[in-house]
Amino acid sequence: MSPDVKNILLAGVGGQGTLLASEILSETLMLAGFDVKKSEVHGMSQRGGSVTSHVRYGKKVYSPLIPDGQVDVLFGFELLETYRYLSTLRPGGAVVVNDLKIMPATVAMGTESYPEDIPGKIRAVCAEAKIVDGLDLALKAGNFRTVNTVLLGALSQRMEIAEDLWLAGLRKMVPERFLKENLAAFQLGRQA
Amino acid sequence: MSQAILSGNEAFARGAFEAGVRVASAYPGTPSTEILENIAQYQEIDSSWAPNEKVSLEVAIGASFGGARAMVAMKHVGLNVAADPFMTLSYIGVRGGLVVVVCDDPEMHSSQNEQDSRHYARLGKAPMLEPADSAEALAFTRLAFELSEQFDTPVLLRSNTRISHGKSIVTLGERVTGLPDPKIERNPGKFVMLPGNARKRHPLVEQRLLDLKTWGCDQEINRIEEGEGEIGVITAGIAYQYAKEVLPKAHILKLGMVYPLPEQLIRDFAARCKTLYVIEELDPFIEEQVKALGIEVKGKEIFPLCGEFSPSRVAAALGLPQSQGVAVPSEPLPNRPPNMCPGCSHRGVFFALKRLGAFVTGDIGCYTLGALPPLSAMDTCVCMGAGISNATGVAKALGEAERSKVVGIMGDSTFLHSGITSLMDMAYSKTPATAIILDNRITAMTGRQDNPGSGHTLAGLEAVPVNLEAICRAVGIRHVQAVDPYDLARTQQVIDEEMRRPEPSVVIARRSCMLDRHGRGVRSTPLFVKADVCTACKACVKIGCPAIEWRVGEEGGKGRAYVNQALCVGCGLCRQVCKFDAFGVGHES
Repeated sequence: MSPDVKNILLAGVGGQGTLLASEILSETLMLAGFDVKKSEVHGMSQRGGSVTSHVRYGKKVYSPLIPDGQVDVLFGFELLETYRYLSTLRPGGAVVVNDLKIMPATVAMGTESYPEDIPGKIRAVCAEAKIVDGLDLALKAGNFRTVNTVLLGALSQRMEIAEDLWLAGLRKMVPERFLKENLAAFQLGRQA
Repeated sequence: MSQAILSGNEAFARGAFEAGVRVASAYPGTPSTEILENIAQYQEIDSSWAPNEKVSLEVAIGASFGGARAMVAMKHVGLNVAADPFMTLSYIGVRGGLVVVVCDDPEMHSSQNEQDSRHYARLGKAPMLEPADSAEALAFTRLAFELSEQFDTPVLLRSNTRISHGKSIVTLGERVTGLPDPKIERNPGKFVMLPGNARKRHPLVEQRLLDLKTWGCDQEINRIEEGEGEIGVITAGIAYQYAKEVLPKAHILKLGMVYPLPEQLIRDFAARCKTLYVIEELDPFIEEQVKALGIEVKGKEIFPLCGEFSPSRVAAALGLPQSQGVAVPSEPLPNRPPNMCPGCSHRGVFFALKRLGAFVTGDIGCYTLGALPPLSAMDTCVCMGAGISNATGVAKALGEAERSKVVGIMGDSTFLHSGITSLMDMAYSKTPATAIILDNRITAMTGRQDNPGSGHTLAGLEAVPVNLEAICRAVGIRHVQAVDPYDLARTQQVIDEEMRRPEPSVVIARRSCMLDRHGRGVRSTPLFVKADVCTACKACVKIGCPAIEWRVGEEGGKGRAYVNQALCVGCGLCRQVCKFDAFGVGHES
């Protein structure tokens, strides 16, 4: 399998905006001159269900899906969904995750329980895992809707892509009237 | 020439624009929906949502009769609906080029089956192209129109979830110019498929296939990629990407045209390889044809027939070593199935049906989620339009004692798609079942597209919304009642009344989708649970609203319901099922 291809797996809950985050990420990688592929599913699985998005980049990318156990960065928008895909991480891979719990229907109904201490379990396999309070920083940036941009900022610290390319990606994908708070959110995420 | 990162669906749309398409039509269906949504941005193309796939294809055939290039897009099961015009279109051929994009859904991410639509190419005796990424989606769309006019044939373009919803880099081109202007041209021998004319067309269709087989042998879309060693792979579409990923050194015959197959090219390629694999998702479509040429290949005896491929699945089938991820102690995790949104207008109807003990024959849409717990109030689901006709059949089968329990249910868009004839049959056969139309004014599941009942068009223009009550009455239903599904007591009472009625009847549950693009979904003040009033009976939890959480009590306490106010839209359904008046509006003071 291609050693020069890097793999990022985004994991979250339908409705969290993971698709837009993966768009900004892919756009940035294209601006950085990489071949990029991205894959995800829409439709039935989006209604509050578990969602993932595969982003792969390098000199030449074939498969849009990441081979098992080869995720370089697991980029999570919710704790349980990140934990669900933790075993796809390659040894030595990085984790950037939003410190947020969204209860699945079965947990909300009280028939199943939300796993205990997910941050600890993630750190057990990835000591350097970055666990970010996305909502807190988004509120500091001036809008709670900038959570995903905060997370992209935190992700950017784990990837060797120049900062100006990230900013160019954001400028291209974020509507002008929301740009200022998103740029602030990105910086707060980078510093987190 | 600029570069862009496009989804396969955006690339099909761009390809249609560049190919000079003038007319495009579709019914939404995952994973094909975004093709028409993206085509709609090009002013040069008349694009519209049709009530169903059959109509969309017939519109495109008409455009082709008029001399325009036309495209339709549909999901795999949509082609079943459009199969009737498609089969005869193959005999007629085209005037303006005509391309049918069909998007399969291996793994059934959002579908009721994972049929392999390549069989339609063989059944209809029409060529099928299959791109492997967005760049090919664009290029093959352009090529498909040239092929269509050159060989006087409709052309199928096959996609799947990973192509349609995967993004990759493409180079954009210009729209072709110099295509002939559409005008009336009569050609009854070709356009009027009376038996006498059709008999003359059939031999032309057979010859066309032979010509295409030969044509395909020296085309760039069917290419050999030289490798090293003795392993050869014949593959196409998304499977090509997985083959390249796991067998980077193999010789590859990448087929861009998956029907008809370039036989001589396959024979030449096979002669050079000691071990030959056919790597294809779903059915052994290429494999069986290659074997019929007398060539020995390995295919479905090692590769799965069910589900979608991935690099790891292909590697495992080939017995190649697998990379291992980090070791995570195994622990059962709560699943996260999809759910109806907070404030969904379908929720109250299913809650009422459950209370009434109805046997519910369902249909395709967001409301199919009504089959899942805790509502668990849908008993069958087959295909678009089956909800009402299945109810007729179940009621015919049952004795009088159980007949009144039968309720057929479907959404407004599904009713307009193929439910009207089902209802007509229920009325005509005087079957005493009840039909419910969940009228949320939109085609919700695929992303809230407009439909003939929504009052708007794909192009953003206002339209006269179809009058559902009038249709029901016109097909012979005497009892049609509309209810607001936010009023649970009234909804349940009306459904109960109609179920008891010994003749066919319709209940229309009308309330806009909360995610309606025209802003008709009404949000009210969120609710809260009065901590001291909640008796922990869990009745509210049983409506399955994502905004209601159950919080376990501390130290063996009884626990209580809690409203997530960020999600609550104030529909008030929970308040109506609470016997203790534990819900308040606004914030707990």
